[in-house]
Amino acid sequence: MSGATVEARRPSTFGALRAILAKDLRVELRTLQSVPAMALFALTTFVLFRYGLDRKTLSGGLAAGVLLATVLFAAILAINRLFVAERDEGGFDGIRLAPVDGSALLGAKAAALVIYLLLLEVIAVPAFGLFFLDTWGGVPALFGVLVLADLGLAATGVLISSIAANSRARDLLVPLVLLPLLVPVMIAAGGAAQQLLAAGGPSYDGVAKWLAVLTFYDLTFAAVGFAVYDYLLED
Amino acid sequence: MAEAISVQRRDDAATTPGSGAAIELSGLWREFGERAVLRDVSVAVPPGSTLSVLGPNGAGKTTLLRILATLLRPTSGEVSVLGFGLPRDAWRVRGRVGYLAHEPLLYRDLTGAENLRFQARLHGLPGEGEERIAHLLDAVRMSRRANELVRNLSAGMVQRLAVCRALLHEPELLLLDEPTSHLDPEAAGIVEPLLGPETGRSRVVVTHDVDAALAQGDLVLALRAGGSVAYAGPASGLSAGDARAIYGGSP
Repeated sequence: MSGATVEARRPSTFGALRAILAKDLRVELRTLQSVPAMALFALTTFVLFRYGLDRKTLSGGLAAGVLLATVLFAAILAINRLFVAERDEGGFDGIRLAPVDGSALLGAKAAALVIYLLLLEVIAVPAFGLFFLDTWGGVPALFGVLVLADLGLAATGVLISSIAANSRARDLLVPLVLLPLLVPVMIAAGGAAQQLLAAGGPSYDGVAKWLAVLTFYDLTFAAVGFAVYDYLLED
Repeated sequence: MAEAISVQRRDDAATTPGSGAAIELSGLWREFGERAVLRDVSVAVPPGSTLSVLGPNGAGKTTLLRILATLLRPTSGEVSVLGFGLPRDAWRVRGRVGYLAHEPLLYRDLTGAENLRFQARLHGLPGEGEERIAHLLDAVRMSRRANELVRNLSAGMVQRLAVCRALLHEPELLLLDEPTSHLDPEAAGIVEPLLGPETGRSRVVVTHDVDAALAQGDLVLALRAGGSVAYAGPASGLSAGDARAIYGGSP
């Protein structure tokens, strides 16, 4: 086969990303290792908060805190598992032996994590509403906040997870390194969510500012990821 | 034993990329931390030739293959694969090299066919390489088991699928790390025509089988424990006894 043919057939980064994402979703559908565990964790946590706080309704900052902390820790479960197959079954090598950009792996893993988080939230937010909310008026807008928070979680989580993948202390490393990096996401998402979950109905004061902060964070970490990812994959 | 074997460098080989050799190594060193795993390895492999790599455990054989496969960077020295310098042109080498590693590099929760389709997409094969996949599965007699999860297959079957994965994109250079180690004699006989010198591909074959290495290799690179070169040169220049002495007489 001529070298020209090899280079001509090199898949686009987007094509490689779609292939890796499709593979990850197929494995998740077959094994159900991440999303069910995240959902079960979230539901259990809501029960604990319900009885731990001894409150039948939550609103404002407390409601936002309970929901976002639950989503964050559920995300850690998926982030820890993102690269398990790549590490244990030679996926890193298999992908790196193909003529594709490392950013395709980064993008695919981030997309998979966003999909897992969206699936989690489709289950967890209604459950949260049933457990704690008097009014559901702010819930549709809350999904917008959660999507931006998910993008931030994914952009940062994939980076840290891939760094930790080859470490023996990876289960410790991910939360220890990731949680401080996600403080801005939690502050911004919490700032927006507490308005949307305010007692008596949603308020939209200042929400746009927090969404702008979330968007800036997402873009920054996405850019950092694409800039450094090929180097992270090196030995 | 080391004293019994003279170190031969292929000084006659050109050392500049693009000179036509399939592989050229010049003064290659690889260190992990402060520990050197490969020390000053130099060899040139003409296109279509087979380089047999011998050496005891810890001699750096797999590390050498991983460097050639672009999965590891050399610490120092020059590495050229198919005329491209590494690590600079690594992406050009990927897609031209077929690497059969110790691990099969297959996902256990995908079927054999799904694994191969995934690899075909990563290599940009048209139509996800269906025709090529069917041909290879037939060649390794795995067509009937191709739709079973890899986790449910025997080690020998998985190895046959790994051979398909390594050959799927029709590589110019094969890097084979003990390619028949998981196979019974019958299965080894099935895959050998796909991996052997009759394919016309350049090959680097890591093996502990001294007789096979000397019989099938045009060149031999013998490494001592610790990664220094005991011998690098034509297979005809190394006796089986001297080759076995590298292992302390064991294999």
